[in-house]
Amino acid sequence: MKAGLKKKIVKEIKVDISKCTGCRSCEMACSAFHAVPKYSSLNPSKARIRVYMDEIRDIYVPIRAGGYTQAECNGRNLYIINGKEYSECAFCPASCPSRDYFKEPSSGLPLKCDMCEDEPPLSEPMCVEACKFDALTYVEREETVAMEGTPLTEKQVELKAAYESLVKTHGRKKLMDVFSQLSKR
Amino acid sequence: MRYGETGVNLEIDLSRGSVEKVETDPRLTELFLGGQGTAAKTLWDRVPPEVEPFSPDNLLIFTAGILHSTPVPGANRVAVNTFSPQTNLMSHSLMGGFFGPEMKHAGYDQIIIRGKAQKLVYLYINNDKVEIRDASHLQGKGTTETGDVLKKELKDDKVQVAAIGLAGENRVYMASIDHGHSSAARGVGVIMGDKRLKAIAIRGTKDINIAHPAELFEASMKLHRQIADSDGCGDWMAYDEDDSFHHNHFAWGNARTRRKNFWSKELEERWRNIKYDNMDRQTSCYNCPKNCRNVIKMPGKKRFGYKCYGKDTYHMAAFKELDFSYDILGIAQEYGLDSYSTPQVMAFAIELYEAGILTDKDMPGLPADSGDRFYYLMEKIVRREGIGDILADGVSHAAIRIGNGAEAYDHNTTKKFEQLPIKLGKVNLAYFLMIATGEKMSITQIEGSFPQDPMRTMEERQKFVDNWTSPPDDKFKDYFLNWEKRDVMSNQAFCEIVDWNEAMHYIDDATGLCGFVSSFRGQFGGDVAYNIHNIPALIEGATGIEMDKEKLWEVFQRNRTLVRAINVRRGLRRKDERPPEDHWAVRDEEKEQQLLSEYYEFKGWNEDGIPTLDMLDKLGLGYVGEDLLERGILTDNDTISAKETSAAIDKV
Ligand code: SF4
Ligand code: SF4
Ligand code: SF4
Repeated sequence: MKAGLKKKIVKEIKVDISKCTGCRSCEMACSAFHAVPKYSSLNPSKARIRVYMDEIRDIYVPIRAGGYTQAECNGRNLYIINGKEYSECAFCPASCPSRDYFKEPSSGLPLKCDMCEDEPPLSEPMCVEACKFDALTYVEREETVAMEGTPLTEKQVELKAAYESLVKTHGRKKLMDVFSQLSKR
Repeated sequence: MRYGETGVNLEIDLSRGSVEKVETDPRLTELFLGGQGTAAKTLWDRVPPEVEPFSPDNLLIFTAGILHSTPVPGANRVAVNTFSPQTNLMSHSLMGGFFGPEMKHAGYDQIIIRGKAQKLVYLYINNDKVEIRDASHLQGKGTTETGDVLKKELKDDKVQVAAIGLAGENRVYMASIDHGHSSAARGVGVIMGDKRLKAIAIRGTKDINIAHPAELFEASMKLHRQIADSDGCGDWMAYDEDDSFHHNHFAWGNARTRRKNFWSKELEERWRNIKYDNMDRQTSCYNCPKNCRNVIKMPGKKRFGYKCYGKDTYHMAAFKELDFSYDILGIAQEYGLDSYSTPQVMAFAIELYEAGILTDKDMPGLPADSGDRFYYLMEKIVRREGIGDILADGVSHAAIRIGNGAEAYDHNTTKKFEQLPIKLGKVNLAYFLMIATGEKMSITQIEGSFPQDPMRTMEERQKFVDNWTSPPDDKFKDYFLNWEKRDVMSNQAFCEIVDWNEAMHYIDDATGLCGFVSSFRGQFGGDVAYNIHNIPALIEGATGIEMDKEKLWEVFQRNRTLVRAINVRRGLRRKDERPPEDHWAVRDEEKEQQLLSEYYEFKGWNEDGIPTLDMLDKLGLGYVGEDLLERGILTDNDTISAKETSAAIDKV
């Protein structure tokens, strides 16, 4: 391997929406697996996967929770796939203020898919195991990625996050302008 | 803490506009489990026989199964129960999909609806928040259309909606309650309409606790795999395009004409194309690894879903082909009409017209084509317009009201309820018993565990029996091994087989399991996921209630006997227990009645089909016995006196 490159296992869940039957077994299994203690309670609203369903329009989209976002998107796209209209939200994995998806129902805390990390590891994530229609399939891929150099310190990670969030709210250009103005003072 | 259930019932009084949450007695769960069993207990306690079905005191009850919202696959049938104006007996219906599990996550095992609203309302339940809301904007809307409007209004695609269509609003007896592409048939939509309840929209985000988490989860994931891999589970008609079974053997029109050679390869190919050219996908009910529902979208028509024989009833009643059913089913679904009884009512009307009993005066502008006539009649029925007002009461009541010889055309009902259109040769005594005594009103709700037909060679039978895990006892294997002619078996064997068939339905309807993975499916091959041996551990895993085969069997007997007592209290007697007279061409009245007597005795019922005091006591239903005594339906010496009573009835 070339210097500066390393191997990394990328875990992926492939989603084939044409195969989804809307059984919601994936939601059931994910919620059971993440119950504390494990399997002690069932609650699809706590699942980190959610099947967006619209029987009338024949739309079935399983989405895994991606994590928290502060603000909802400004514009939304409409996709037309095989003559059916999907809103961008249908595919979006965010735990977002515009909707109740992917939030712990009682506390409102965001839910995020953790790929069912476990000790010992599962042979495949729970939602995939529960999906008997191959709408969800699990793939492990090896990827060669550039080494990231010296790892960041905790402080640097924190600053980086703050920087990124500022970029998000104000845009990189504006931020840079302000920085250069401030440093000139 | 309660396990496997919420321990709370929701009580709605639409007359008073009140909402109450009532904690339930855990001992009742142990006795009745849930679903229809629990509903029967509520109906027994709270609806005396004097209450007319259209009285505000009649209850409409949705009861989740004890296994709903657990990891156990295929548990999603919510029981819908009330008293039917068509039969004046207890209506029992089941609805697949997601409604039952959602009820439990909202925090309720049972929703009990009493009274009548002043104007059309819908019920909105979001966990603890329960509101009776105005539904004037939903008036006349289709069933799935109503669901769609409510989901949008409530801004949540996970809200589960059960709604009636125009048929229910107008109190058509064949009205269903529909939940997306799932449907509760057999006479419950009419009462929802009578209560002026357009829909229930429910959303729940609470936990259901599991008593033995790891064990139950592991067992459930194994069952998921087993059901997914098995050809013996699910609705084979969803996948198999050879449907010669219904078309060659069932009767067309108003249960009249057999077309023994109707099916052909050419037809199968043509129909296969109609199906796959217009099918979006096959869908599942909650947490089930089968996909029995075919979702069809014909160009320019409403999308609809169907299961099983539901695709055949309209075109067979109208002497048409599959494309006709595909065209009309979407409309019927939106109107909220039971696709089993409705086509029979319409075919009955056409027969009366052809016989000159109904004329152009009754049906002005009736088209010439049989298919067009169906559309014509459907519009009249759902609006109760003209002749539709009479037909909307179902075949039996319509025949009486029309008179003039129409009664003779009411030839396919039992207990005033439309039966499957089957006309066969020689009487099959097991089926005689099931059609005669079933109180879920349709043969599909009682048959199912023991195979329908014997196998030809001993070798085949032995092979079948070797892989057969579901029989409660080895004697059923012997019955099968020695079974050569369909109609020849000992009376004892007939009684036990019918009892086992019925047992599995009562168990499913208390647990909420779907018949296609359990009670209904074994008759077509034996390899079924659930049986009396494995269900007890699942109930115990979910609820913590100690359960074994014997105890579960007793729950069946208790629930079954209570349903019988409820109906007996409303007047059901032996004389009502008659399959359609022409169901078989060759009958044997003496043998049939002898068997019926033996079956009653086997069930712990007296000669008139009334549960005996001994049996009621044994099942912990002593209070039922006392009530029947007080009303003079039973006497202390019930067996002997009941014989006298039935003789007295004959004299009247
Ligand atoms: S991978 Fe695991 S955590 Fe993520 S959605 Fe699937 S079951 Fe849930
Ligand atoms: S388990 Fe599979 S088929 Fe079922 S809803 Fe989830 S993704 Fe769809
Ligand atoms: S077997 Fe079919 S009908 Fe039964 S629950 Fe599963 S998908 Fe629904």
